[in-house]
Amino acid sequence: MKDGIQGWTKLNALSELGIGKMAIIESLDLPDEVGHHLMHMGIVPEARIVVIRRAPAGDPTVYYIDGFEIALRRETARSIRVRTIEEGH
Amino acid sequence: MNDCCATETIDIKVEPRIPGKIRTVALIGPPNSGKSTLFNRLTGLRQKVANYPGVTVEQHFGKLNGIGRSELILIDLPGIYSLDSYSEDARVAVDVLHGDMPGTPAPDAVLLVLDSLHLRRQLTLAAPVLSLGLPTLVLLNMSDLMESRGGEVDTLALAQELGVPVAKISASRGTGLDAITHFLDRKSEVVQPRAAAKLELPVVGNARSYRQWATGISTRTKYKAPLSSEWTRKLDRVLLHRIVGPFLFLAVVISVFQVVFSIGQPLSNAFGDLLNSAGARIGTFLGHGWFESLLIDGIWKGVASVLVFLPQILLLFLFIGVLEDSGYLARAALIADRVMRSIGLNGKAFIPLLSAYACAVPAIMATRTIENKRDRFATILVAPFMTCSARLPIYLLMIAAFIPNKPIIGEFFGLRAAVMLSLYLLGFLAALGTARLLKSSILKAASAPFILELPQYRLPTLRSLGLRVVDRGKVFLKQAGTIILCVTVVLWVLSHVPFHSTLPQSFIGHVGQWIEPVIRPLGFNWKIGIGLLSSIIAREVIVGTLGTLYGADPATQSLSLQAALRHDLTLGGAMALVVFFAFAMQCTSTLAIVRRETNSWRWPALQFAYMSVLAYLAALATNQLITHLF
Repeated sequence: MKDGIQGWTKLNALSELGIGKMAIIESLDLPDEVGHHLMHMGIVPEARIVVIRRAPAGDPTVYYIDGFEIALRRETARSIRVRTIEEGH
Repeated sequence: MNDCCATETIDIKVEPRIPGKIRTVALIGPPNSGKSTLFNRLTGLRQKVANYPGVTVEQHFGKLNGIGRSELILIDLPGIYSLDSYSEDARVAVDVLHGDMPGTPAPDAVLLVLDSLHLRRQLTLAAPVLSLGLPTLVLLNMSDLMESRGGEVDTLALAQELGVPVAKISASRGTGLDAITHFLDRKSEVVQPRAAAKLELPVVGNARSYRQWATGISTRTKYKAPLSSEWTRKLDRVLLHRIVGPFLFLAVVISVFQVVFSIGQPLSNAFGDLLNSAGARIGTFLGHGWFESLLIDGIWKGVASVLVFLPQILLLFLFIGVLEDSGYLARAALIADRVMRSIGLNGKAFIPLLSAYACAVPAIMATRTIENKRDRFATILVAPFMTCSARLPIYLLMIAAFIPNKPIIGEFFGLRAAVMLSLYLLGFLAALGTARLLKSSILKAASAPFILELPQYRLPTLRSLGLRVVDRGKVFLKQAGTIILCVTVVLWVLSHVPFHSTLPQSFIGHVGQWIEPVIRPLGFNWKIGIGLLSSIIAREVIVGTLGTLYGADPATQSLSLQAALRHDLTLGGAMALVVFFAFAMQCTSTLAIVRRETNSWRWPALQFAYMSVLAYLAALATNQLITHLF
């Protein structure tokens, strides 16, 4: 975790977000084939993503994006960089 | 290779395109857009399923009977998000649309189905489809649902933006379909060159520019997304609850099994009795002779031995259909993913593997929901290790004959139950080990992610469930039926030449005796050898064969089959036999379905060889172990 350039934003991996948190997708740090698949499912830079819930076993996690609910494993979510609005600062 | 598909493609002739005349229409849409429902609506019951040549993608096509245009053929393309050829499905769609798919005529018009509840995202598929330049009609499906949930879209503005007609429909209710008739009528008369000049399409192959384009259009057409279904969120709060969720999941799994075994099994038994008595009745008309024997003892009995599984198979298809159409299948995959991952598979493999406990055939056909090809093949290859119901007759016979019913824990759990349970466990462990082996060798996954879309819950309609069960049943009968017919005839001939010979004197009897040295270390004699050969068609056939063999032998004639087996086999040999059946691929239907689903003989051949070798080694170890221990 490092401080964002604009001061009030913070760069995180998608997997680090808690339930109910909203973020903006920054970049996908994934092999082309995987990234392509995700992008066609709406996971593209600048899209808004919300963490909905975790599976009963704690993984995968369900995200809400562009009107859809999509579940991703932690190993995939770890490679998606997002920007969050820091609260209380 | 294409023997199975050749008969299916006779109906559609590849003729050169005549400008302006529509003969073939392609149906395309993203996954979950309601495309299959619309296809069923438009074609009715008379549709055909085949595999595209060289790939494992299913081809559905039918005549447009549903709107009274039976001279037109509708081709259903696989559900895809884009035409970028990163997946086999997308490559197939591109080839069909360009008319490059052998055996499939080039489409003259395109019906593009989009889910209007999620129009903004679904619109990204419109860009590459429209850039093909074919006459296209855009269908906004589930528009009734969108409007009832407060969603809006200006279809006229959308039609202007896209340069093609747009219509609101509801595939599940069948409303708005006359727009398709109008479109086809108009296009049949004159070719209308589209006002392509106005149309600005995004850079091909760039997901980001597609999305920007789609967002721009949905803003300009005043698209207002409907509120997401409150029901889905509320249901998920319970069905995916940390503690309640897994319990409900188990309850679903157990009740599926309860129904398959408590209704399916008696249904299968009754169906089997019916088939046998019908066979016997037809036999009396034919008199006694080789023809009657071939027809009744050979073909009828052989085919009946496979057909008896039909009630169970159809019941399983029905259950998988309910799970899939309702949206629960995706939740089940989500719950099971963690466990399935530990054996190298993903959550979507859970329900198919579970079905394999009843029968591997529907299990293997249900693996189509697994998009990742390597995961799908691994699931197909391990499914036959699950203890299916065809193994039960031989298990029950051998356990009843050789295992005393000593209580272990009270009256309820005895030695017999323990042996039965260990056989189930053995199959499960073999599947687990094989999955790991496959995933670390020939099916090593190359960074394939697990992406699971959770659709909204929907009430499955009887119509679509019925169509699904009929469709899958037809595929099974056709694929397994033809191969089984061949195998039964061959087995009958081999067990009846030279003429007027008894089974031990026949060709198959000689082979059984000839392989005796090979199977002797397993504790088997030549009778078991013949049983193993004859049960290549289906596992439970061995019980009947052993009955025939011991019934014909003067030494064991007066004994019951159990007593005869005790007289002839050691405990080691008997247990080696059940272990052999736990591992061996004695099922022609499964081999036929694996061939169909993988579209190659390579995989079923590999599977047969691997499972046979494993079965032989495990039976050998069992016999040696038990003989030395007791």
